[in-house]
Amino acid sequence: MNHHSLTRAISLLVWRDLILAMRHRAEMVNPLLFFVLVTSLFPLGIGANPNLLQAVGPGVIWVAALLAALLSLDGIFRSDFEDGTLEQYLLSSHPVSLLVLAKVLAHWLITGLPLLLISPLLGVLLGLPADGIQILFVTLLLGTPVLSLIGAVGVALTVGLRKGGMILSLLVLPLYIPLLIFASSAVDTAAAGLSVTAHLSLIAALLVLALSLSPFATAAALRISLS
Amino acid sequence: MFNNFFHRLASPRHFYRIAGALIPWLAGACLLLSMAGLYYGLVVAPPDYQQGDSYRIMFIHVPAAWMSLFIYVVMAGTGAIGLIWRMKLAEVVAISSAPIGASFTFLALVTGSIWGKPMWGTWWVWDARLTSELILLFLYLGVIALHGAIEDRRIAARAVAILALVGVINIPIIHYSVEWWNTLHQGPTVTKFGKPSIDISMLIPLLLMALAFKLYYAFVVLMRARCEVLERERNAGWVRELVERR
Repeated sequence: MNHHSLTRAISLLVWRDLILAMRHRAEMVNPLLFFVLVTSLFPLGIGANPNLLQAVGPGVIWVAALLAALLSLDGIFRSDFEDGTLEQYLLSSHPVSLLVLAKVLAHWLITGLPLLLISPLLGVLLGLPADGIQILFVTLLLGTPVLSLIGAVGVALTVGLRKGGMILSLLVLPLYIPLLIFASSAVDTAAAGLSVTAHLSLIAALLVLALSLSPFATAAALRISLS
Repeated sequence: MFNNFFHRLASPRHFYRIAGALIPWLAGACLLLSMAGLYYGLVVAPPDYQQGDSYRIMFIHVPAAWMSLFIYVVMAGTGAIGLIWRMKLAEVVAISSAPIGASFTFLALVTGSIWGKPMWGTWWVWDARLTSELILLFLYLGVIALHGAIEDRRIAARAVAILALVGVINIPIIHYSVEWWNTLHQGPTVTKFGKPSIDISMLIPLLLMALAFKLYYAFVVLMRARCEVLERERNAGWVRELVERR
């Protein structure tokens, strides 16, 4: 029965999601477009004063990243729930928490990574200094996986609901606040030319915490949603 | 004997009866303590040398803030008991606590804001503690929304338990991150007025009120839990008997 090893199951799962994402490119591109659009709304809304933009830039980019991540979260389990694949994960002989981790990894590769890659461009648009942009990149590198990991718990809890999307934002956004605080103040601090080791360590700690706990919570939540 | 008592308490029928007997006592004690606390707080305790009489809202504000955290922890704890040992009553207590906790959080926010008006000159300051309370309110509202969205009561209770556990891990992180954010952005301003160690004449009413609030929570949660038990067990024989006897 167990002729597929666990690593093979995980790599197959990730590969399958990547292929699916390539076939539905719009789903992959939309959150990215949203990210760029929301960020470029701010200069239009608050005025293009470079000092002002530089001051609010890190916060704006991070809030936009949170919203874009939120928009894409539902995709982690939705289609698998609708065609019954999710039940097969729960029935499989592999630990559900590790399969969940594979799903989250795939989700991050599809939505978090593009966000990360385009962020320097947005940093330039908002006039952040080079140091700030570098640190912005690092905070997004450490932070976007946290968004996917925490978000997965929320999605798992709401996947069976008809109007899950609205509730999902209510569940997940408050949990994103610490990350938002640490990340945007890291970029601020870097732009001021100070050391950000403490900020980055804290974000890394959040990542480790989310990485070690959220798969279990997600697996438990999936079991409940599908019971 | 003790074991037996808990076993009986865990059955919805006995819980309904025991809770019904407890509620008047808890409510009466709550009333007495809050009357005493309000008397000592509003009449006996002297005015503060800095804040005058406006500090007296503390006798509501501080216990409400304590309760808001306490109830979240109770909710997570009973939720965990419900998840691990499949104890239905723990689920019932967890979900019955959520609206009460949200109300206390709201009360703490409102009284904090009213307190802030004469102290800081504005209704709202992004003070670290007020901000944490606001986020706590969002967490409560998330729990209530999730519970309302899932139709099956048992599934809803278990989903809520998971959310409450995730939230309870995050509360300290949120608290310290907000505190840190606040000191970074604002620095020690008016919000950090030096806290004089509290005088015994103010401490007594504060503790009386805190106890009264705990009792209030106890009897209201029992009332809500009784309703929830009735709705869950509406097809059981004992509920039908109860209705027919009326």
